[in-house]
Amino acid sequence: MEWSTFLWTTLGAFLTLCTFSFLYKDNPFYKFAEHLVVGVSAGYFALVLWHQILIPNLFARLNDGDWYFLWLNSAQLWYLIPAALGVMMWTRFSKKKSWISRWPIALYMGIAAGMAVPREMHARVIEQLHSAMRGIIDWNNFFGSSVFDTTSGIASIIIFLGTLAALFYFFFSKEHSGVFKGISSFGIWILMIGFGASFGYTVMGRISLFVQRIQVLDDWTAVSWQGDHGGFVFFWFLVFGVFIVWAVFEIVKYFKNKGTTAES
Amino acid sequence: MMVFVFGFAMIIQYFIPHQASEWVNAFLMDWMMIIGVFALALGIWSLIKVSWDKIKYKKPNWEYAIVTLAGLFLMIFFGFDYFRHFSTPIGSDNYMYVHFYRHIVIPIQSTMFSLLAFFIASAAYRAFRARSLLATLLLIAALVIMLRFNPLLGPIQPIMEKFSVWLLNVPNLAAKRAIVIGVGLGMVATALKVILGIERAYLGKD
Amino acid sequence: MSFDRRWVFLSLAIVCVGTYLWDFSVPITISEEARSIYDEVAALKEGDMIYMSVDYDPNALAELHPTTYALAELCFRKKVKVIFGTLSNLGQGMVDQVLHDISDSLRDTATYNGVFYEGREIVNGVDYVFLGYKPYPAMVIQAMGLDFRVPFPTDYYGTPIDSIPIMQGTKNFDQCKLVVDMAAGNVAEMWITYGHGNYGVPLALAVTGVMGADMYPYLRSGQIFGLAAGLLGAAQLEKLCDNPGRAMDGMRIQLFAHILIILFIIMGNIGFLATRKLNKLK
Repeated sequence: MEWSTFLWTTLGAFLTLCTFSFLYKDNPFYKFAEHLVVGVSAGYFALVLWHQILIPNLFARLNDGDWYFLWLNSAQLWYLIPAALGVMMWTRFSKKKSWISRWPIALYMGIAAGMAVPREMHARVIEQLHSAMRGIIDWNNFFGSSVFDTTSGIASIIIFLGTLAALFYFFFSKEHSGVFKGISSFGIWILMIGFGASFGYTVMGRISLFVQRIQVLDDWTAVSWQGDHGGFVFFWFLVFGVFIVWAVFEIVKYFKNKGTTAES
Repeated sequence: MMVFVFGFAMIIQYFIPHQASEWVNAFLMDWMMIIGVFALALGIWSLIKVSWDKIKYKKPNWEYAIVTLAGLFLMIFFGFDYFRHFSTPIGSDNYMYVHFYRHIVIPIQSTMFSLLAFFIASAAYRAFRARSLLATLLLIAALVIMLRFNPLLGPIQPIMEKFSVWLLNVPNLAAKRAIVIGVGLGMVATALKVILGIERAYLGKD
Repeated sequence: MSFDRRWVFLSLAIVCVGTYLWDFSVPITISEEARSIYDEVAALKEGDMIYMSVDYDPNALAELHPTTYALAELCFRKKVKVIFGTLSNLGQGMVDQVLHDISDSLRDTATYNGVFYEGREIVNGVDYVFLGYKPYPAMVIQAMGLDFRVPFPTDYYGTPIDSIPIMQGTKNFDQCKLVVDMAAGNVAEMWITYGHGNYGVPLALAVTGVMGADMYPYLRSGQIFGLAAGLLGAAQLEKLCDNPGRAMDGMRIQLFAHILIILFIIMGNIGFLATRKLNKLK
């Protein structure tokens, strides 16, 4: 095993434990890890902006060697315009000159908003409405092959009515009363089932993040201690040992305080 | 005016299938990426400024701001291949740059998000109450999704699996479709408000 | 009934670590949406081209890396050409890591689903190209649909696109059989709106668990042809590719962690109902 591999993986494991220490309480190790990752990520992103965007998309085009203007040697000098607009953005921090930054922001917002209108309308509204109404009732397969058949006519009706009812619920311009209230109630039932499904998936998602850290720490103990699970078990005994010592300390403190309160 | 002109032009561009329209689209997308980069750089400048102010005025936890700035400048130093290469991405393969990413950014970022596993367990105990019929419905749906691949359920597991597939593809589909349609209409309405000048908060204070 | 939440944290840690040490496997049932992704990728022939968008940061690595590994290895074994790109600001490191690890594993011979694959070296520019990162996903997707060269005049390593062999004759998504997007945020919906919506490109999504349930409307409407959600989706793809990895290993821990969380929910509700009854009696 190379020393460099051991040192780097141990650094990663150390920083992992520093971050996990937040579960006990906020502490200097966690703060150190938190501030370090902010700085390193920002530095990484700065390099990404420079190497991946500014160099190939701007500077290389201003230097492609076809036509001379001042110190620039480019056939695509019009790229100076977006560069100038970008620099104008930086006046945002100046109190007197911040009005200059409104021009590139306005251009940007106009293009982004104009791009979004037809495309979002098509993808989110028209396609979804079309899908909701297409083949709304399949008479050939109305009851489906089983109760849980998702392609049956009954399922299509539930989907269509459920979508409508949920949309009724979100319509707040009219008071929810009478028949409207009944439909909205059905809508909120459907929405609750949807949120429950999302919650179930979310729990799985969150747990899997911790699972991956356990797998990585196992890899680290395998690299560092050249063992199977032996090193891994020993490592976690150490970690849990700290917690058990803390737990005993807390229990003793609790009973001591209880005794003191009873006496007073 | 500028917002209206360019916004309207982009809407019209969508409906024109001619190559000239595609060329205009490509041209503007190219420009927008370049302008956007300068806006992103503002974020990095902001971080440097805030951290520097913290150190200068000895605000609480100012020592950690040194760690932030050190991390940032070290990555920039390594990323430019120890300040030897600025115009080529050779620094992206720099040993220290790659290892800093792999052994600092990846572990800490992954671990920060893995803390959520513990918080969701804590929330499950403290906050997820079946206070009403609707809350009970939500919890039942969540339980079905969580238990669907659990072999400990024995003979019930295949039924749970089929029920979860039905739940995801029928009522969940209806709920999420309504949300998608609602969000879509909201986005279109907001975009039109921006184009027509009704919404101007993005320009900042007058 | 309230107690320090750190006991909850400790119980979860003990259950997860304990389950990890207990060697057993969980049967993985394959969903139709995950099977669709595998069927389409498995049907690709040698020389076909696909676009893989690795749109996640290290915080979603746990759920999406296994999918990326499984699909990328399958493509390289089948000698399908892959264009990698990323729309996430820390995603380049993810692609770099995938390419580095897969290059190593591809050197060994392997048999997946009864098909024998010789070990091989993959060459940058011939078997794959990594375009790199550009900001503002909606604009990048839109521009790529016109011509890859608009947002990406060079690849990640600074090589002009026109001088890369794999990109000769490749203009935009029309030359790609399909697009697979591994996404951890709203980039997935941008691919649906600006990728599939504008250019009709066949699109499959691998998303985090949090977003899984939200993608079903797009699946049903045909805007995406396949969906792998969370660690379960990744495990399903690993099983289909006959390439077990971290996802299948992680599912057994999920099992007991879910049981523990359900126990916490039940305990909390018992306490709540008991307290409510006590208050009513008072």
